[in-house]
Amino acid sequence: MPGFDFSNHNRNAALHAQGVPLPKATSTGTTIVGCIFDGGVVIAADTRATSGPIVADKNCEKLHYIAPQIWCAGAGTAADTEFTTALISSNLELHSLSTGRKPRVVTVMTMLKQHLFRYQGYIGAYLVVAGVDPTGVGLFTVHAHGSTDKLPYVTMGSGSLAAMAVFETQWKQKLTREEAIKLTSDAIQAGIFNDLGSGSNVDVCVITKDMTTMMRNYIKPNQREQKQKSYKFPRGTTAVLNEKIITKEEISKYVTVQELSSDDDVVVVEKMDIDQ
Amino acid sequence: MVRSSGMLGEDGIHVDMNHLKTGEVNMAITFCDGVILGADSRTTTGAYIANRVTDKLTQVHDTIWCCRSGSAADTQAVADIVSYHLGLYGVMHEEGPTTQTAAGLFQELCYDNKDRLSAGMIIAGYDQRNGGNVYSIPLGGSLHKQPYAIGGSGSTYIYGYCDSYWKEGMSEEEGIGFVKGALREAIKWDGSSGGVIRLVVLTNKGAVRHLYLPDQGYKGPGKGA
Repeated sequence: MPGFDFSNHNRNAALHAQGVPLPKATSTGTTIVGCIFDGGVVIAADTRATSGPIVADKNCEKLHYIAPQIWCAGAGTAADTEFTTALISSNLELHSLSTGRKPRVVTVMTMLKQHLFRYQGYIGAYLVVAGVDPTGVGLFTVHAHGSTDKLPYVTMGSGSLAAMAVFETQWKQKLTREEAIKLTSDAIQAGIFNDLGSGSNVDVCVITKDMTTMMRNYIKPNQREQKQKSYKFPRGTTAVLNEKIITKEEISKYVTVQELSSDDDVVVVEKMDIDQ
Repeated sequence: MVRSSGMLGEDGIHVDMNHLKTGEVNMAITFCDGVILGADSRTTTGAYIANRVTDKLTQVHDTIWCCRSGSAADTQAVADIVSYHLGLYGVMHEEGPTTQTAAGLFQELCYDNKDRLSAGMIIAGYDQRNGGNVYSIPLGGSLHKQPYAIGGSGSTYIYGYCDSYWKEGMSEEEGIGFVKGALREAIKWDGSSGGVIRLVVLTNKGAVRHLYLPDQGYKGPGKGA
């Protein structure tokens, strides 16, 4: 029968009516920041992904590639940030191929906001867009509903308040590259240590006119230490109450055994239909 | 999952507090040489100030600007669409668009999509044909031509101020004083308004930006900032 199959929808509706909750999406807690400096821009992120109260990934990547000189930091639903940045990155490459020009940060920002506005906030992607293009340095935030802001320093995610506190006390005009890296990584560390939704390591990406430097795990403030004592149980700790040995001949009493002839090297379990 | 209309949640009562709100107070006035637009600079997400130096005065053509209030995403989207249409109008005609044309475009979008938008707009512009004009488009999508217009949550605090201090045909200096005084009052009384005061003065000489900072008593730096 041609057409769509809605049986899964009916099943889900019945399940939902019985009180089965919807599956939880990963990563709503995050700290991401961005900051402009003299001659470029730096963005940074923590590396914790959460699913409710569970840490789903201790060292995930929240800095996404858009173009060689344009990168994106993502907060919100992990799958949404991953797929929207990949989609915009793809469309941007086609756009720059058709125009024969280098991609611009405003173009990325506009494509993202129009895409997210169309989905009325249901795509839960909160992004920091940063990069250097022929017009200069660009730094923007894009919210899931499609609104954008242009600022010299930005923070997003659940750790944004902790990170913004660092920026508001330490930021100054005309930072050097080293000062900007220090400031952004300090802001992320404020998120890591003071926000429950953020944690683990600091990822940093520095973009200048002629180079992009991705510094994965730039700071690792949560390294696991060597245990001071061994907690391995010695052999024989657990007493053996009884023992039973099954011989090879008796095995067919417990499982189904199928003898294979030795000349059949490959066993075809399932046949695959291939278009001719 | 079925969502009830607009911004209401699943229970139909609670509003989505994570929606970015902008334009807690803004206004536009006519004066002898043109129009003046003014706004505070606060954007909020619930109780958090997402941006304390927001620019809510948005250019949609050379000397046609608008003040955005309501949802940041909605008003930016509407302004972007109008800006696109006016840009096209500008290159296809000998004469640039009038403020009335821009206001008409805004109204069409705001009225047709009134169920989906929370956008309050004030459109102000200067054109050679009609001089300075101010239009207001509140939530339902109606269009009102007014000598001056105020909008946003903070505007309720300054109806009395504006009504008693308003004068027809003020000078530029008087006009700036009127707008700045009103916005200063709204910022003082309204919790969701704040930050700096931004002004745009539109005359036959073009657009001039002004900025007034709270730590200088909203006195400076002023013109061209």
